[in-house]
Amino acid sequence: MKFSESFRDRDLVQGLSRRLRHLVSGPVTFMEVCGTHTLAVARFGLKHLLPPEVRLVSGPGCPVCVTAQEDLDAFLALGRLPRAVLASFGDLVRVPGSRTSLEKERARGVEVRVVYSPLEAVALARECPEKEVIFLGAGFETTMPATALALRAAAAENLLNFTVFSIHKTMPPALRALLGSGDRKLSGLLLPGHVSTITGTAAFRFIPEEFGLPCAVSGFEPLDILWGLNSLIEQIAAGRPEVANMYPRAVPAPANPRARALLEEVFVPEDARWRGLGIIPGSGAALREKYASFDARRRFAHLLAQVPPPPATVCRCGEVLRGVLSPRDCPQFGSSCHPSRPLGPCMVSSEGACAAAYRYERA
Amino acid sequence: MCLALPMRIVKIDGPQAVVEAAGVRLKARLEVLPEAAVGDYVLVHAGLAIARVDPQAAADTLALIRKLTHEIQ
Repeated sequence: MKFSESFRDRDLVQGLSRRLRHLVSGPVTFMEVCGTHTLAVARFGLKHLLPPEVRLVSGPGCPVCVTAQEDLDAFLALGRLPRAVLASFGDLVRVPGSRTSLEKERARGVEVRVVYSPLEAVALARECPEKEVIFLGAGFETTMPATALALRAAAAENLLNFTVFSIHKTMPPALRALLGSGDRKLSGLLLPGHVSTITGTAAFRFIPEEFGLPCAVSGFEPLDILWGLNSLIEQIAAGRPEVANMYPRAVPAPANPRARALLEEVFVPEDARWRGLGIIPGSGAALREKYASFDARRRFAHLLAQVPPPPATVCRCGEVLRGVLSPRDCPQFGSSCHPSRPLGPCMVSSEGACAAAYRYERA
Repeated sequence: MCLALPMRIVKIDGPQAVVEAAGVRLKARLEVLPEAAVGDYVLVHAGLAIARVDPQAAADTLALIRKLTHEIQ
């Protein structure tokens, strides 16, 4: 089965596009919550296939973008520790902190390692016992099981030169906060397909129940996204909002119990600061007491307490992440902020709304 | 960052699998999908197989889309 090719079928894409035009009965604004959706929408030029009544806005689902400046500054400060190795996913290397970035610190001689999997950071700690390996645990529920597995491996081997600086975040509390703020009038949400493989679709049921908004869990190919939008428009027409699973080939019902158990074993919810959204109760993932020895926030608390608060910035990523400012309406977009000299993370991450708009949608 | 590609399992050795897509081979851990077997498609993210991809469900979705798009022509 060629999943990607099948879900890019030109005739079916055109057919669904026609169907959306046929079904839509008035102006609607849908939020694509996930950054991977934002990228796919831009990359495949899907906005051109939508009826003029349908507007898509990007949401807070790019983990790089929603990382608070305070967290980034704190992790960068850990590079001053003797024998420190800062290990991170590649997406975060170029994101500017208040004063520096991982890329700039590397140029100054700090050892920065890009890893594909958190287990690679554990292997690094195993191979270099004299080093202090600090892994930046970033990402939503999709990524958290991999970090949990790395922590479990480090604990099993008692690798005390390995720590995780967790900036992991969970999606349902963020959406609750976003919708509760009433900042942006939405008609429905395209929910993140890969987060949902871990959380299950039930984790988002509060959206139709409490906010009366239709939701569609969607995959990431062009047909998947149009199929999700088709469901949202049908739900509006029927007046029966629900969480529709439009990605059943990957999203099981119920959620994967082993992944849930792994997350439960390692992480405990805590309040977390999001760029643009402020502090959201219960949206962060701290390490449980059992893993305290591997928690960079606990181990290096003295150093982290000295990190100064970030100065004010002209970057308006925060408003972009709430869906209230379109990238192209930002006065910095394409002038003082572009991918080679980004002011903020939304222009750095390939999944950032600004980077996607710059790359694929500059008229 | 939530990018996860469907890859086919070509070998399993304990919790470690070798997965393949478009000629690229990677290692993936199977801790949260111990029931996965050689030949299965799985979504791989950050070195971990996080979900099985069901070819039958994919075919059903495509058939339904095909049916609905024909209706309005």
